[in-house]
Amino acid sequence: MSRVRQALPAALLIAGLIGIWELYVDLHGSSFFLILPPPHQVARALFDDRSLLWRSFLVTAEEVLLGILVATAFGALFSVAIHFSPTLRRAVYPLLVASQAVPVVVLAPILTFWLGFGLLPKLVVVTIVSFFSIVVATTAGLAAVDPDLLKLMRTFDAPRLRTFWHVELPSALPSVFSGAKIAVAVSVIGAVLAEYLGSNSGLGYVILVSEPQLLVARGVAAVVILSLFAIALFSLLSLAERLALPWAYRTRDAVPS
Amino acid sequence: MIEAPPEEPRELNAADAVRVQLVSRTFRTKRGPIQALANMSLRAAPREIVAVVGPSGCGKTTLLELICRLQRPDAGTVNAAPAALMPQRDLLLPWLSAIDNAGLALRTRGASREEARAAAAPWLERFGLAQFERTRPAELSGGMRQRISFLRTLLAGKPVLALDEPFASLDAITRQDMQGWLARVLESEPRTVILVTHDVEEAVVLGDRVVVMSPRPGHTVTEIDVTLARPRKRTDPSVVELRERALAGLGVDA
Repeated sequence: MSRVRQALPAALLIAGLIGIWELYVDLHGSSFFLILPPPHQVARALFDDRSLLWRSFLVTAEEVLLGILVATAFGALFSVAIHFSPTLRRAVYPLLVASQAVPVVVLAPILTFWLGFGLLPKLVVVTIVSFFSIVVATTAGLAAVDPDLLKLMRTFDAPRLRTFWHVELPSALPSVFSGAKIAVAVSVIGAVLAEYLGSNSGLGYVILVSEPQLLVARGVAAVVILSLFAIALFSLLSLAERLALPWAYRTRDAVPS
Repeated sequence: MIEAPPEEPRELNAADAVRVQLVSRTFRTKRGPIQALANMSLRAAPREIVAVVGPSGCGKTTLLELICRLQRPDAGTVNAAPAALMPQRDLLLPWLSAIDNAGLALRTRGASREEARAAAAPWLERFGLAQFERTRPAELSGGMRQRISFLRTLLAGKPVLALDEPFASLDAITRQDMQGWLARVLESEPRTVILVTHDVEEAVVLGDRVVVMSPRPGHTVTEIDVTLARPRKRTDPSVVELRERALAGLGVDA
């Protein structure tokens, strides 16, 4: 019951925005439909092109999911490495920041040249764009451990690695999730751009080929699916976090005296 | 591993478990050097409870960190048997249950989870926390958390316990409760204890000796032997009298 009530504001807001969109487009007349199709046309495209959109969605979803997984794994490992070695951190961090400024538009053709039109170059793009947020969040999480706690561990004669394993790593896990959640949105954009620039499948490819064919509504339908996918992915990550780290989510539970 | 240290005679000439001699410590900060301790001296015989009181910022925590070898003195010497710290905030790990928090020091020395639990379980029982073994800290009351925190330090198996204002964050009622509790625990589990506090009453109720420190830079102003029988009531006239003496040493008009 309360779940329905919690979702109500978002549902009302989206319904309102769709209403305004419909009105706005209708006021501009049907020639405007080629720039921005009205919601009812998008809904029709979602239905009419469902098999194409579904097949394309599976392609993009695979790129995004695998990309986030790879980025999280590498990002977490990399964060641990620079946590242990400040020298490595100082050496690599500027490069990491610089890598974020390289536009995917520049990168994708080179990757296509090296790795072809398949899954691999998209995976690389998604990984590159999501890597940064995961590394920044995880490093911050590892560094945020209470210094008094580390002192305590030293008086317990805890070896460095055990302190890491028992104290630092678990306290950084919520940050890994935060990083992955931030990565969700950019990774979807990354996957679409990578498809845009060199592929023959996926929702990005659908968007690319729909507009020259004046099938704008189909392109917008693909965007709608991408948005829903990002929301689903974000919610899934939140759920996974709640299940995996219940201690990070506590409040309002009864406290025994 | 968690047994009390071997019996040692408690004579005056016995080797001190903690001996801090004429120690000075200065920190460099952006706003210039701050001298925390100046010629601070302190000793504790094995199994003696030394309560250290002083105004805030007088270097009490620095003193404990020197004893725990977390810092080195700029001048003077610190000789101490291995010491385990009990921090002011409980700093329990939120993802571990009470029993796993209590056994943390054993885990970090390589014990398996089962071994650590087996060692901690009888203590939780003794501390009246048996039914909260699997409860996470967030669901425990402040007093319970502090008891787990103390147990965690106790199970580190060090002969010296360095307690840094262990009850400062508790409400007044729970604090009195915990002081009585700690007195009873230390009676059955004697350890060399350096108890830092800003609560003079706590110092007199718990300590065998009270060391009164000056404001920064901290050094010993006076020492008061507390030979009163335990358990001590805070309303007992002799406790009140010693409290007044300690307050006078702090320069407080009672």
